[in-house]
Amino acid sequence: MIAESGHYALVLALGLALIQSTVPLIGARLGDVALMNVARSTALAQLLFVGASFVALVMLHVNSDFSVANVYENSHSMKPLLYKITGVWGNHEGSMLLWVSILALFGGLVASFGNNLPLSLRAHVLAVQAWIASAFYLFILVTSNPFLRIANPPIEGRDLNPVLQDIGLAVHPPMLYLGYVGFSISFSFAIAALMEGRIDAAWARWVRPWTLVAWIFLTLGIAMGSYWAYYELGWGGWWFWDPVENASLMPWLAGTALLHSALVMEKRNALKVWTILLSILTFSLSLLGTFLVRSGVITSVHAFATDPTRGVFILLILCLFIGGSLALFAGRATSLKQGGLFAPISREGALVLNNLLLTVACAVVLFGTLYPLAMEMLADFKMSVGAPFYNLTFAPLFAMLLLAVPFGPMLAWKRGDLLGVTQRLLAAGVAGLVVIAITWAWVRGGSALAPLAIGLGVFVIAGAVTDIVERTGLVRLPFATVLHRARGLPRSAWGTAFAHAGLGVALIGIVCETTWNSEYIATMKPNDIAHVAGYDLKLDGLLQRQGPNYREMIAEFKISRDGEALTVMAPSKRSFTTRGSSTTEAALLTRGASQLYVSLGDATAEGAIAVRIYYKPMVLLIWWGPVLMAFGGVLSLSDRRLRVGAPKPARAKQRLQPAE
Amino acid sequence: MTRKQRRMTIIGGSLAVLALAAALVLNALRDSIVFFSTPTMVAEKHVEPGRRFRLGGLVQPGSLQRGDNLAVTFEVADGNAKLPVAYKGILPDLFREGQGVVAEGALDANGVFKADTVLAKHDETYMPKDVADALKKQGHWKDDYGGKPSDSGKPAATTAQGNPQGAMR
Repeated sequence: MIAESGHYALVLALGLALIQSTVPLIGARLGDVALMNVARSTALAQLLFVGASFVALVMLHVNSDFSVANVYENSHSMKPLLYKITGVWGNHEGSMLLWVSILALFGGLVASFGNNLPLSLRAHVLAVQAWIASAFYLFILVTSNPFLRIANPPIEGRDLNPVLQDIGLAVHPPMLYLGYVGFSISFSFAIAALMEGRIDAAWARWVRPWTLVAWIFLTLGIAMGSYWAYYELGWGGWWFWDPVENASLMPWLAGTALLHSALVMEKRNALKVWTILLSILTFSLSLLGTFLVRSGVITSVHAFATDPTRGVFILLILCLFIGGSLALFAGRATSLKQGGLFAPISREGALVLNNLLLTVACAVVLFGTLYPLAMEMLADFKMSVGAPFYNLTFAPLFAMLLLAVPFGPMLAWKRGDLLGVTQRLLAAGVAGLVVIAITWAWVRGGSALAPLAIGLGVFVIAGAVTDIVERTGLVRLPFATVLHRARGLPRSAWGTAFAHAGLGVALIGIVCETTWNSEYIATMKPNDIAHVAGYDLKLDGLLQRQGPNYREMIAEFKISRDGEALTVMAPSKRSFTTRGSSTTEAALLTRGASQLYVSLGDATAEGAIAVRIYYKPMVLLIWWGPVLMAFGGVLSLSDRRLRVGAPKPARAKQRLQPAE
Repeated sequence: MTRKQRRMTIIGGSLAVLALAAALVLNALRDSIVFFSTPTMVAEKHVEPGRRFRLGGLVQPGSLQRGDNLAVTFEVADGNAKLPVAYKGILPDLFREGQGVVAEGALDANGVFKADTVLAKHDETYMPKDVADALKKQGHWKDDYGGKPSDSGKPAATTAQGNPQGAMR
């Protein structure tokens, strides 16, 4: 019964979405308030029904009802409860259901918190949301129904892919989807603005918090996924430039650009057309990401789904939405009025440069992702575009961006003083240079790039600090005044500083890890000692243990440094009997921001075991950076101007925006 | 500055950045993409030592030899030709003789393929299409290379990485 109810709820949600995608638009045409308000109630009802459908699937998984194909293929009665729940989105059907549930969640949020939106704008936005929702409900119901029954129910399930039975994967996809799908809101707002032919600074103020929320989740989702790959795949890699990873990076780059261009639009009423286009592009890239991952068009470490009919269906959705929205954009964009003027050297100019570099970097990633596909289809030869390609293309562009980052927030709106800003950034620049010199002297030789990149990271962090110091008047003003000014500073200014500093932190982590990573790979017998980066690892012994749905072999290592015993590390190798596959559970020892990483290979006949030991200096900074960025985003989200809500469009025109 | 001048500045700047990116991409395409080859293709075309490529084929049964300290050698075959491969490190879980394998690395002066990355998969998609076709023609094809389309829960490819400075970072 649960499966049928879930299925039925999903069909009802489709029906509601079809109503929501038409009736409010008719209402907006006729100026009928009642019809426009249909959008609100249908959006909430849709959320209710999709939620019920999702809960039904979760219950089926928890109850291990193997008469449902999805549960049979991805679950096992012995699986721990946590993974029974997270296994719901560890497969194609379930993750698509999660996708639409999150879409409905965002629709419901707009419906319930959008009370201060103009009625017709809200009707349009929710109608566009419903178009997307209808397309994906259809996709699920036609090609990937999670509630399909099996005629002769088996007694036991086939278990979830062991690599996915991990807490990191419990959190990663929902986060990522909150990001991907969150950008549908700015997309819907953009389409609504184009349809209404009206857009102003108030529009940007409504769009910005939604974009920011999506961006925060996407940032955390990508970082989470990267950390999962790092500790779960067993060889310490954290970014592979894999098409599936690129699929999440591209919306992030475009979304970051959107975040900044929406700022220009909100404060200065400029870059309107560009902001609209970016909103469309960001969500299009999210859709492209869904297509790449869900169609199995690119076989990669992460692609678990392969079925051409699904691919074609998503491709149709993709073409329909991207093509349709771009056509609408081409037709209507010229009707939007031009915004405020600014000199090339100004805050706006800096934000344009930011947008330029981010979108070009995004285009490079898009090219690197699609080029091998195109070549395989057109010229019939296979090739791969990997890290060396991105190191030569993406890295220089991003280095340019990072070099410009500290200047942006310090330039004045409309017309900036580059020389003055350079003088104020002198201390930050000197800090960067000193760090370059120290690193250079310390490593003596080796790659010249590493010290330079670390210096750049320090410059970005110091630049963010300088901005706060300048704004609060630290050093030059009495302390009480500084405190007062710090409290009065808009939260968004703190947010900017944290997010920008996060970039520098992540860069330092990346450079340290890739340049000074030391590794030791060997076969070890009990009582053998490995020496890695000043640590002594003594293999104490191997032992077997039975887990809930696997057997594992654990190797115990006694770790000491300079004769002082530190701890015991116990990496293990798990074999999952149901699927006949195994996973490597690495053991991690965190020392400051650095980590010692031990993972196991195969045991040999003589009782020895292959071991991989890495010492990864400053590796945690790679993920602390994005966490800082997300924290900056949260601070910015709590800014007063977003909390008190957007002003009414009419008032916004009269009131002058205070320049920051 | 007039609106027109402002627009020209922005367009000019955009074009400059785009041109730079295009130059970077073209430059990177010249020597950083990695092509796929089969032992037959290596035998037919002269591949210069040191040029990185991906080698795909089957692990020749009986050719796997383990040396000291995780050094392994094996042969990759595609039915027509064989190529000796040397690798140092831990082989992926799915690596087996007679199974499909993809190794990334370069030929050394003696014509031995020095791999720094080895991928193994029960899936024809990790095998170049013409290897799969060649294998099918010669009757070496085994059904478990191609997963059933309905089977969405195939094990992911497992990767072994010998050299941290290798192609995948």
